[in-house]
Amino acid sequence: MAKSSIKVRAKVKEGEAKIKCLISHPMETGLRKNKKSGKLIPAHFIQEVVCEYSGKTVMNAQWSGTISKNPFLSFSFSGAKAGDKIKISWVDNTGKSDSTEAKMK
Amino acid sequence: MNQNRRVLLKGTFAAGATGIAISAGLLTPKAVLAAWPKAAFEAKDTNAALQASLGSSSTTESSDIKLKAPDIAENGAVVPVTITSSIANTEAISIIVAKNGTPLTATFNLGATTKGFVSTRIKMGKTSDVTAVVKAGGKLYTTSKNVKVTIGGCGG
Repeated sequence: MAKSSIKVRAKVKEGEAKIKCLISHPMETGLRKNKKSGKLIPAHFIQEVVCEYSGKTVMNAQWSGTISKNPFLSFSFSGAKAGDKIKISWVDNTGKSDSTEAKMK
Repeated sequence: MNQNRRVLLKGTFAAGATGIAISAGLLTPKAVLAAWPKAAFEAKDTNAALQASLGSSSTTESSDIKLKAPDIAENGAVVPVTITSSIANTEAISIIVAKNGTPLTATFNLGATTKGFVSTRIKMGKTSDVTAVVKAGGKLYTTSKNVKVTIGGCGG
């Protein structure tokens, strides 16, 4: 994938990092039907999002198909320094994955 | 000063726990994926989902959790939800939509230094209670809010 599927905005204020990320993903539940063919669209959703900062996992989210399409996630953690990098990665139910690194401002 | 002390305490306490988890091989990404709680996410009722995901289904209502969600969601496919927990040592936050086919929407396992704050967007099939479940110190605390949905977001 040439372009990362994850967009990250990370800001540090007084040692507290606030992370916002937007992932482009269809997030199909597996219950929706294709209107023309009447067939079910197979489930395709992110199962897990992991965010790492300086080798530690700060967030490990387990998702189901009930998270909206092109999911948005925001959270915050303390003990962060501006200029440091965070790593965000996801894995979906078909085994696909992607990850990105972002610098905190 | 109080704030610093609290952060320090929380940090050291939880860092220990994380260390143990890593040494037990629990936090390596692959192992975590294998542990994706299929049963929890496929459970058809709230209690079973909680049992499978957080290990308990007995919950206590708490006013220390703030659940921000719209009163009326015009589009059930995108319902913004923000949860803020001020309970000390919040370990995990789950979102449950009682009337969805599979109530458990997501579980956020928070790291040592992570604040009790999560914001995301969820799908809702119809008008239902949205419940935030916070796990702290082995206990579960909840807070709920009814969200009216005018157009469902599950199924077509």
